[in-house]
Amino acid sequence: MKVFVASDNIVSPLGFTSDENFEQLKKMQTGVLLHADSALSAEPLFVSVIDTQKLNTEFEKLNVKQEYTRLEKMMLLSVTDALSRNKKIDIENKKTLLIVSTTKGNIDLLDKTEGEKFDTNRIHLWEAANVVARYFNNPNQPLVISNACISGVVAIILAKRLLEEDKYDTIVVVGADIMTHFVVAGFQSFKAISPQVAKPYDAARDGISLGEGCGTIILTNNQQLTTDNQQLITVAGGASSNDANHISGPSRTGDGLLLAIQKTLSESNMKPEEIDYISGHGTATIFNDDMESLAITDAHLAAVPMNSLKSYFGHTLGAAGLIESIIGIHSMQQNQLIGTYNYTELGVAAPINIIKETRQATINNCLKTAAGFGGCNAAVLFQKAENLKN
Amino acid sequence: MSTTNYITAVCSVKNGNVGINNKADFTNSSAASSVDFLKSVYTHYQLSYPKFYKMDSLCKLAFLTSELLLKTNKITDTYTAEDIAIITSNCSSSLEIDTEHQKAISNKENYFPSPAVFVYTLPNILIGEIAIRNKIKGENSFFIFNKFDADFMCNYTNSLLNTNKTKCCIAGWVDFYENKYEAFLCTIEKTKQGLCIENNEEQLNKLYTNNY
Repeated sequence: MKVFVASDNIVSPLGFTSDENFEQLKKMQTGVLLHADSALSAEPLFVSVIDTQKLNTEFEKLNVKQEYTRLEKMMLLSVTDALSRNKKIDIENKKTLLIVSTTKGNIDLLDKTEGEKFDTNRIHLWEAANVVARYFNNPNQPLVISNACISGVVAIILAKRLLEEDKYDTIVVVGADIMTHFVVAGFQSFKAISPQVAKPYDAARDGISLGEGCGTIILTNNQQLTTDNQQLITVAGGASSNDANHISGPSRTGDGLLLAIQKTLSESNMKPEEIDYISGHGTATIFNDDMESLAITDAHLAAVPMNSLKSYFGHTLGAAGLIESIIGIHSMQQNQLIGTYNYTELGVAAPINIIKETRQATINNCLKTAAGFGGCNAAVLFQKAENLKN
Repeated sequence: MSTTNYITAVCSVKNGNVGINNKADFTNSSAASSVDFLKSVYTHYQLSYPKFYKMDSLCKLAFLTSELLLKTNKITDTYTAEDIAIITSNCSSSLEIDTEHQKAISNKENYFPSPAVFVYTLPNILIGEIAIRNKIKGENSFFIFNKFDADFMCNYTNSLLNTNKTKCCIAGWVDFYENKYEAFLCTIEKTKQGLCIENNEEQLNKLYTNNY
């Protein structure tokens, strides 16, 4: 059974639709900017943050009376836009399921002044997901994945597997995380944040840039529910793994990520030389990018054009797998390889083929990879429908 | 897709009790706190894993439950590292340690965020701890539900086993928040052995709700 992409949306500082975001990336415009906000950090830092006024203005257009959190506003806007682009999707149908991917959910509510405005349950990830399901009158209990930085990719893989069982015909996968002092202070304590815009895979890379955002992908096992006006993309395969090495650092050899990639290629019935583009994890820490280069090389994918979008969106945690997959899908539809912003010179453990400037190229098969705290790794493969092999 | 899979071993840690394969195995109702109870379990079973003391409460609970489960059913002797999946869930995510991290950053005069605390502010770290301890490299997913969802858990593990994504699952529930704790982990396999209980919603719920 095939699983098709039926619609998508990105909400980020670069725009409130996938198209707006993709246009900015084609021009190599980043959302990671220097912010002096004492509520986030004592020192100014480079982060990708959505303008609160813009978010509220967009949200007011939905014309709702109830109070929603920052995270929920992003999710409601994102799903609303994705639904508006495909009128065949019936979110109120019993065969439509919602999956939410988030690492921290409404974690800003732990702060007393924010928390007082909402019921205490709202801090729970399952309740944040229920809020979204209720807003759209979806009749099913939503699923929530919270698996560190691979959450978004795991959520897409989960959706594909559930659709193959045919209990549901449509799954709305939404991934979101917000920028908070909670997360900034934590990564600062790790000394993991770059003093500049992150430089993925670069010789001069020195840490991550954090970001916030939301991505929605609507998947279906019924081709009739896709739209005619765009290139059809399928989810061909996907897998997760653990490298069983350390809770806060990746394996030095990349064996865990390699395993996830191999399982994904095998499920997709695909050889390494058939992959046209890799959307990497590329956090721009020394260890992550080295680890990825080794896994990619061992998977015989070193020659494949690869980028990281972390220097555009920052690391958006639970949203990253979705936002980066959506850019991958649009790259396939428009046959455009997006250049890695702020990348100048390769500096990773094994030579890989990092895309420097945005350029035209035929992309039939796109591999998306991710890695995260807790030793987790994941990969998912997107394929143009006209090139279906299975 | 209707192949039957089997729950082959179970371990639960809740209400001052440890239950292994459906039988009470250790009780301590005099512990002053939940964490003290977990330490008493560690001592009682003479476990030796110094990293235990560095873990947050949620991971301590997960470690103990998985340790006793995998002593009962030595799946790492039977299966290769990549053929064991860890599929876990809870209600409170990592809110216990999140609250601690929030406290550490809320006080401007006494500001001390610690990487040793922050690293635990993700629920799937407990999967990482189990994986590291037992060198398990298969599928891993952490789900959040407001209560244990036996229907989803048995269907998803059956689906992973029936589509050959894994040969064995460690699955269940590990929750720790506001001095309350509840852990229930089981091994699920394709072959009839051990407890040999059919992996379906009714049986899984029965095992989960069992009190000793």
